[in-house]
Amino acid sequence: MLPAPAPVAAPAPAPAPAEIVLTVANVSKAFGTNQVLRNFSLDVRRGENVVVLGKSGAGKSVLIKCIIGLMPVDAGTIRVLGQDVATLDHTALDQLRAKVGFLFQSNALYDSMTVRENLLFPLRRHWLTHSPGEEDELVRQALEDVGLGHTIDMMPAELSGGMRKRIALARTLILQPDIILYDEPTTGLDPVTAREIDQLIREVQQKYGTSSVIISHDMNCVRLTANRVALLVEGRCYALGTYAELKASTDPAIHEFFSE
Amino acid sequence: MATSTTVAETGAITRFAGRFFQEGFRPRYEVQELLHQCFVVGYQSLPLVGITGFIMGMVLTLQSRPTMAQFGAESWIPTMVGLTIIREMGPIITALIFAGKIGSSIGAELGSMRVTEQIDAMEVSGTNPFKYLVATRVLATTLMLPVLTILSDAIGLFASFLAINLKGVTSLALFTNNVVSALTFGDVVPAVIKTFFFGFAVGIIGCYKGYYAEKGTEGVGQAANSAVVASSLVIFILDLLAVQTTGLLGLN
Repeated sequence: MLPAPAPVAAPAPAPAPAEIVLTVANVSKAFGTNQVLRNFSLDVRRGENVVVLGKSGAGKSVLIKCIIGLMPVDAGTIRVLGQDVATLDHTALDQLRAKVGFLFQSNALYDSMTVRENLLFPLRRHWLTHSPGEEDELVRQALEDVGLGHTIDMMPAELSGGMRKRIALARTLILQPDIILYDEPTTGLDPVTAREIDQLIREVQQKYGTSSVIISHDMNCVRLTANRVALLVEGRCYALGTYAELKASTDPAIHEFFSE
Repeated sequence: MATSTTVAETGAITRFAGRFFQEGFRPRYEVQELLHQCFVVGYQSLPLVGITGFIMGMVLTLQSRPTMAQFGAESWIPTMVGLTIIREMGPIITALIFAGKIGSSIGAELGSMRVTEQIDAMEVSGTNPFKYLVATRVLATTLMLPVLTILSDAIGLFASFLAINLKGVTSLALFTNNVVSALTFGDVVPAVIKTFFFGFAVGIIGCYKGYYAEKGTEGVGQAANSAVVASSLVIFILDLLAVQTTGLLGLN
């Protein structure tokens, strides 16, 4: 049985003003007649965790897929680390993506590869001039960060859901990104494992100073990981503030998320 | 509706093939993955292709023997079987077996990677999944099918030699001499060249169907199934074009 995670205090707001690393400005995205995002705007500062909260199907995942350039936006601008994603060619986008990690909801581990090969894959693709010894060290370090050093030669199918999530995070961490996008990191996990993942997200933020956009509708995850919370309602950024600020709000649309 | 869908799909596959030529030959070259795919689609298909070629040669010989015997033309069996296998049966049967085995496996593999977001994961980790997954597989199928066809032809001809010896007696030297002396440049080269096109069709269609698979596990099944159906059909169409082309060039 896994030991219960150590109690985690709510994160303190990131010191302001800090450099803005990610800007989403008036972004709109529709699928046919279904308008998912309408003039959505959000800034993320260096070293802060912003949770985008919203109902299922509200367009949260679409938003981060637009940020990483997996989907084009219909209107508006997304600037990541100072670069306009829409104007980048393949090569420039690849270079930018080396600095932006993405944790998929389904983990998206390469199921025909071992854990070691999964972690080595992003390194080899980037032509980084690491010797085999340095690569092994990076893999070991990334696995230690998520507490799963012993799984290095296992296949993804041999791992539990929580372990797969951690390995997926390790694969994201191995390139030491400036920004990490988490797509519902605790969905489908039991409460204990979910809190472990929350804690891991905090540890990553503190250890590497990464900025994160976390998509979630798990209020515990929101409370434990967010420096700021953006509420996505009907495609717009309806409210933006700390967890405490939004929880204290009397606005019915905000209150229904925080009423528990 | 169905016609417009087919036309649209044909256009999409053509663009997909265009992207292969645009991106597939630019650095960085995925040599290791290409060799791995050659091993998977070539070496691992050899037993199936070999057995098929063996049975093809044997059945063709045994079935043609009574008819040839009626005309007292048994000595022409090696020539007839040799021409049949090398010009048509070898390439087409091998390509169809190849489409069934490799086309479906590529469609299912890439389809399952698509629906589990593994292709997206490659893309966001800064890898060009088209080059890593598609270009290597299409190149491997294009290069390996001709090799498999030549091996299948050889196995089929040897099976024919064995089948002749079941009911009569002939030496391997005489059999080989009969086969080879009847063959011309126009029999062998176009037959080999068309297998490159068959291999390319199997690879590009399998990859296209898998790469754009949708609707979860159902989509994976559909990708595998439609990859085999479409590539088999395209193989026949290409074969018809090859016959017409060699006819125009005076090689038939």
